[in-house]
Amino acid sequence: MAVLAAEDATRLFVARSRWRWEEIVFWLVAASSYFLFPGHLVLITQALIAGLFSMSLDILLGYAGIASMGHAAFFGLGAYTAGILAKMGYGDPILDLLAAAVLAGGFGALCSLLVARLHGIGMLMVTLGIGLSCYELANRWRDMTGGDDGLQGMVVKPIFGIFAFDFDGHVAFIYSFVVIFILYLFARRLVNSPFGLALLGIRENLRRVPALGIGVRAQLMLAFTIAASIAGVAGALLAESTQFIALEVLGFDRSISVLIMLVLGGIGNLVGGMIGAMVFTVARDELAALDPVYWNFWMGLILCAIVLSGSGGIVGLLRRIERRFGGTAR
Amino acid sequence: MVVSLVNVLVNGAAYGMLLFLMAGGLSVTMGLMGFANLAHGSLAMLGGYVLATLMNHYDVSFLPALLAATIATAFAGAIVERTVFRRLYGGAELDQVLLTIGVVSMTVAAATYVWGTNPTSVKIPAWLDGRLQFGNFDFGVYRLFLLIVGGALTAGLFFGIDRTNFGAKIRAAVDNRRMTVSCGIDVKRLFALAFAIGSALAGLGGGLAVGLVGLDPTFGVKYLVFLLMVVVVGGLGSIRGTLVAAIALGICDVTGKYYVPDAGAFILYAVVVVMLLWRPRGLFGR
Repeated sequence: MAVLAAEDATRLFVARSRWRWEEIVFWLVAASSYFLFPGHLVLITQALIAGLFSMSLDILLGYAGIASMGHAAFFGLGAYTAGILAKMGYGDPILDLLAAAVLAGGFGALCSLLVARLHGIGMLMVTLGIGLSCYELANRWRDMTGGDDGLQGMVVKPIFGIFAFDFDGHVAFIYSFVVIFILYLFARRLVNSPFGLALLGIRENLRRVPALGIGVRAQLMLAFTIAASIAGVAGALLAESTQFIALEVLGFDRSISVLIMLVLGGIGNLVGGMIGAMVFTVARDELAALDPVYWNFWMGLILCAIVLSGSGGIVGLLRRIERRFGGTAR
Repeated sequence: MVVSLVNVLVNGAAYGMLLFLMAGGLSVTMGLMGFANLAHGSLAMLGGYVLATLMNHYDVSFLPALLAATIATAFAGAIVERTVFRRLYGGAELDQVLLTIGVVSMTVAAATYVWGTNPTSVKIPAWLDGRLQFGNFDFGVYRLFLLIVGGALTAGLFFGIDRTNFGAKIRAAVDNRRMTVSCGIDVKRLFALAFAIGSALAGLGGGLAVGLVGLDPTFGVKYLVFLLMVVVVGGLGSIRGTLVAAIALGICDVTGKYYVPDAGAFILYAVVVVMLLWRPRGLFGR
């Protein structure tokens, strides 16, 4: 077995963290959409937020190999944290984001105690159970959450006390874009660090990793906490930009659709979730306007096609094309 | 107090019987081939729609319609298994989950397209309608019917699994698949048969469910969660565990909704999560 010298290791991490062209293209398109589609800023903002949410799931699924069917629990917790704080008069957007991150992360740490003990179907079921319980709790706790009428009456203060949220969504777009980009950089740094490699090791071979001196459970719990915390921020961003929370932020549909976005875009490369969320959100908006029934059908069909072909989603497809035509594929 | 308690228990048990019929096949699929089939609820929905269509549009009476629903679902299950699902045996659970969610999504759309979004109902025949008096107690006849049918089927299933050659092969394959294969038993064929039988049970359960809980295109999604909970709490591949879990969760759900309506389904979910933490492999899991 080859021993990595220190400089080899450095080179490995440098190579891993190099920006790929699809990442650059995605972020350029996202940024320029502010000028290209000024009439659709609200939709694009929601797509970016969905992208952040699906990126948080990618840290779990694509890197640590934890499949969650209840990830909306953390998204919803973040949304309600920001919403309820704003309703009670503590509407500073950035402080609320931090509060959402802390609460969702804390709850994630708690859940990780349960989840890290399980595998396979048991893990899927417990995450599903956590998601459903949170939905039911919010549904019943009407005084706090407004139940299925949704949470109304949020007063979100201007960002830094200067930039007030406007009706056309200009401020919400820029604010969300900046926050999401920062978190993307953070997540990139995270998965390309030794910690990210340890997670990949856990995904690939659970038995060997402890032999390398890595504590599996601690790493998984940390990954779960971080992913939950980022999901919470995504939820809080949605609450702040729409100034309303519908109960479906916690719904089973949301847990499933985020999985679909991630698979559609491609698992295990962070930007895949972003791209998948953008395509999914825009397609849903277009197709559901035609007929919601057709939307369900096509979504199901596409999902089956992706799984059966094993193509690795949009990013996987791009890489395959890139390899076919030579290029600089690694 | 006692009267209402007995009533609630009977209603819960009848509901549990339905869950058992719908979940029995799922338990075998998950236990035998390790295949997480989230589309199982959609098979039950198909049974319900076949029954409702035959009764409402073709004036077929209840029992023949129920039989037709069972057979149609068995065939539908066998076809899907042969053409799509078997490609993912032994694959990652996540792929199975995603694929079957795709199938569920398509069935929701297809059912909406064919039968519309409005809830469908059927008229239960007169001999199953109404209530029976036993002293102070009175029970819905349809619920008693469910208990009797469910009981008879359960007895049949246990006999089939415990006493027949086919059942012995299934048990062997659940216990140790590779060993079974090396004994010369064609596990894939065994599984296709088991899948068809499980689908038939789901269709029957779906047909019976229409009279109790109604039917609409999201039926498969709504009951999916219950079915998964029943299977996982019971222990994958264990018919006995599935039965116990189905009755227990059925009673737990109905009593919870009756005595603590404010808590809703929350109690049920909490019970399931605690159960799984206590016994990650389920009550009768190996």
